Amino acid sequence: MNPLTMKSWSPYVVGALIGVLSWFAFATADKPLGITTAFEYTAALTERAVAPQSARTNEYYSDPERTPKIDWEWMLVVGVFIGAFLSSKLSKDRTSQSVPPLWRWRFGDSTAKRFAGAFLGGALMMFGARLAGGCTSGHGISGALQLAVSSWIFVLLFFASGVATAFLIYGKEGANRV
Amino acid sequence: MFDPISKLVLGLLTGIIFGFLLQKGRAAKFHVIIGQFLLKDWTVVKIMATAVAVGTIGVYALVSMGAATLHIKPALLGGVLLGGLLFGTGLAFFGYCPGTSVAASGEGRRDAMVGVVGMLFGAGMYVALYPALQPIIKGLADWGKITLPQATNLSPWVWIVGVVTVITTGLYTLERLRAGRQSA
Repeated sequence: MNPLTMKSWSPYVVGALIGVLSWFAFATADKPLGITTAFEYTAALTERAVAPQSARTNEYYSDPERTPKIDWEWMLVVGVFIGAFLSSKLSKDRTSQSVPPLWRWRFGDSTAKRFAGAFLGGALMMFGARLAGGCTSGHGISGALQLAVSSWIFVLLFFASGVATAFLIYGKEGANRV
Repeated sequence: MFDPISKLVLGLLTGIIFGFLLQKGRAAKFHVIIGQFLLKDWTVVKIMATAVAVGTIGVYALVSMGAATLHIKPALLGGVLLGGLLFGTGLAFFGYCPGTSVAASGEGRRDAMVGVVGMLFGAGMYVALYPALQPIIKGLADWGKITLPQATNLSPWVWIVGVVTVITTGLYTLERLRAGRQSA
């Protein structure tokens, strides 16, 4: 069977290929794989365009480590969308689902409720990622493989808080429904 | 405002492969990610741990050949600790992490698309509050851009062999346990 049209690959194959992809990223662009800096830069560019006055007094824009622009990583994020689109198209593994079944079991059918949960959860998650300087990709994969102290602390901590929150939300009964 | 076009194309290409792999790994699915945090579905840990084990060898090899440099994020404890807690909490409500939410949007999932807009909002809050957040981020210790080998005064290869061994043994044990449970 053609692997491109398969719905899923072994997680070990996928993981190994992501590892090789990070060699490629370091070798060709001298960059670690990461996602959330691009979100920060997009927000920073937008805020400066909409409210140039308050941007002038925000020390964010004078920090030499922060140079908001459309860069390699920004295009990487666009690529992730396209790559997942292509993969799901080829395998006919697409869905327009709004309310995942486990969420529905816990919170009911309301699409509005699910969208509110996704919006607020996404906002909180991103805020946390920027406080810490990375996410599951930037810290969890790229930082961990570079053996960064900050990244290993971040990974252990977010895994623990994710497990605690998931059990608070769904409980043991929810776990049995996975 | 823009990187050179060659770099942008390279980023796009790398991203397409990354998104393709995340989708094929089933990491762009709500129940797989929440299943991981409920300790039922270990797909996400398998992908990440394998990526780290394979990645660390090649990236450190490239660095020792002078073909790449390390990009270590500073261990600003206030930011990393608070950020890690909020990140895990938000992730458990959302059901996707930043990379997989973009991949899930590519797969067509509407809730992931809404969450991506929420992520932009969260990034905007961070930029707007940036001056006020500095005392929190830098409030506790700042250990700098330090790696585990540097912190322990060991060769990176000692750590690489250690990490790869722990990951391989851990994943092997995980598979053995699951196989045992299924046949029982």
